[in-house]
Amino acid sequence: MFTKYLPRVLIYGTLLLAACFFLAPLYVMLATSLKDAEQIRTGNLLSMPHSFNVDAWLSAWSSACTGVDCRGLQPYFMNSVAIAVPAVLISTAWGAINGYVLSMWKFRGSELLFGFMLFGVFMPFQVVLLPMSQVLGYLGLSSSLGGLIMVHCIAGLAGTTLFFRNYYTAIPKELVNAARMDGAGFWRIFYRIVVPLSVPILMVTLIWQFTNIWNDFLFGVAFSGADSKPITVGLNNMANTTSSVKSYNVDMAAALIAGLPTMLVYVLAGQYFVKGLTAGAVKG
Amino acid sequence: MAASLQISGVRKAFGKGSKAVEVLQRIDIDVQPGEFLILVGPSGCGKSTLLNIIAGLEEPTEGEVRIGGKDVIGVAPAQRDIAMVFQSYALYPTMSVYDNIGFALEMRKVPKAQRDQRIREVAAMLQIEALLDRRPAQLSGGQRQRVAMGRALARQPQIFLFDEPLSNLDAKLRVEMRAEIKRLHQLSGITSVYVTHDQIEAMTLGSRIAVMKGGVLQQLGTPDEIYNRPANTYVASFIGSPTMNLIPGHNGTTQGKLGFQIALTHLPIAAPQDGQLLMGVRPEHLSLVDDAPWRGEVSLVEPTGADTYVVVKTGAGTVTVRVSAQAKLKAGDRIGLALAADHISWFDAGTGVRI
Repeated sequence: MFTKYLPRVLIYGTLLLAACFFLAPLYVMLATSLKDAEQIRTGNLLSMPHSFNVDAWLSAWSSACTGVDCRGLQPYFMNSVAIAVPAVLISTAWGAINGYVLSMWKFRGSELLFGFMLFGVFMPFQVVLLPMSQVLGYLGLSSSLGGLIMVHCIAGLAGTTLFFRNYYTAIPKELVNAARMDGAGFWRIFYRIVVPLSVPILMVTLIWQFTNIWNDFLFGVAFSGADSKPITVGLNNMANTTSSVKSYNVDMAAALIAGLPTMLVYVLAGQYFVKGLTAGAVKG
Repeated sequence: MAASLQISGVRKAFGKGSKAVEVLQRIDIDVQPGEFLILVGPSGCGKSTLLNIIAGLEEPTEGEVRIGGKDVIGVAPAQRDIAMVFQSYALYPTMSVYDNIGFALEMRKVPKAQRDQRIREVAAMLQIEALLDRRPAQLSGGQRQRVAMGRALARQPQIFLFDEPLSNLDAKLRVEMRAEIKRLHQLSGITSVYVTHDQIEAMTLGSRIAVMKGGVLQQLGTPDEIYNRPANTYVASFIGSPTMNLIPGHNGTTQGKLGFQIALTHLPIAAPQDGQLLMGVRPEHLSLVDDAPWRGEVSLVEPTGADTYVVVKTGAGTVTVRVSAQAKLKAGDRIGLALAADHISWFDAGTGVRI
């Protein structure tokens, strides 16, 4: 009897251990953010909070100080929303159109163009910081939300194009030919035939882009002005603001606030993410 | 609404200069209104390319395509007033059958009520009324085929194009749909061009057949002409199953006797020309008789149910003969071969061209 269940027990035991290991930081963050300053000072990292105390969350959101500015994370959060939402939508739509052209309306040199675009996927973005800041200067978009939106659109375009192009190559060419003969034009074929087939890859791209743009620190720190800093930069500045007492609970709450949207997006659309990544050809 | 279709001097080459590959070499075909033209040939013969050129999905390197007398080179596929049935059906996966059939009408801004009426008419014609709300993924192969035809029919085009529409179906359905296509053509009378590599489809459906090979039109004619008077040895062996027997021999006077000499046998039949020739004779125009001068040994007996095919090894190679299913023969039997002299095709031994 015992030997029969032993392998199962070992497997689940190991998995459980691994789960604890990976969940521990989240637990510490969540627990610490709910403790008051007094309890934190006792130094027991793993203990449960004595009371359910949301003061640290409220403070992190609206009153924690970064330097002399005591408005909490709220303005940075709003900046991030204002950057991420348009940048995600534009880069995804743009990538879909690029992918559509590069897979179904091939022209002389389109493969070469796609090859060059692939460079963008693998290129470290540090390389483009200086030229990009010059371009933003020329366009009068330095240190603005608009500038950051543009940077994210361009930086994400290579990836989104790759996603859509590879997904669309699996759609039979005959489908496009049939639509052409039925009298649909370039755009009509796109939004009547191709877009309805794109739900899985659309979800993948949306999640991918949102996670990348929301979590971006490099562009945020390099190209933002005083009032266009995204949440990652805000969090960093807040945690690095030195005062007499380090309020770990506020820092933890702030970090959780910063990470919450991407987690939420993944929970809501995650099922499509796996489906989209594994989806092969579209069976007609 | 049947229109004529003229293909004149159509050439198609891919690549440039010395590396150019000729896919089509000067094709001339005249299709009369209401005709059912079959383009048949092995894969890579250029038949699909020719169909795409008629459809406007590809442009020819040279030449003219006229639909109803109007030059359509450079005209977009949608403006050519043609409809096409694809090999993979190419149904729009996210639309219902109803929307699939109505899509082209919608694109042409046909009013909704009229569109609805037309869709239901077509669905009734194809017996797919019960399927109108379904998605293509919920249909069987035969049903998808019907929807694909419905989509083409709904538009009432001037010309129908079919690109190997039956090759994805199993044998039984294929025969059924073949009859269905023929019925629909007779019903609608719309000029049709049908690409296939299946010679039985070609023979049963076509009012005329164009046999192609390597981008060259080998022969254009009625099924009867193609079958009984093949223009060359390629057509002779491509059409018909089992294929036509091609027996090499010499025509002329041998030992004072006029006739056709195959191996050691002298046949008292006269070819229209002297010299080295190929004699083409179909299995059904040969018979087995005991006392014929041309003799051989049975090497294989293939009963197919209705008929039996007997492969006979003779001095001039193997010959296939069709006999009745009742014939009692077995491998190793020695027999004589007689042929129906008025059904013989003669070909030049060198060029393979009909004499």
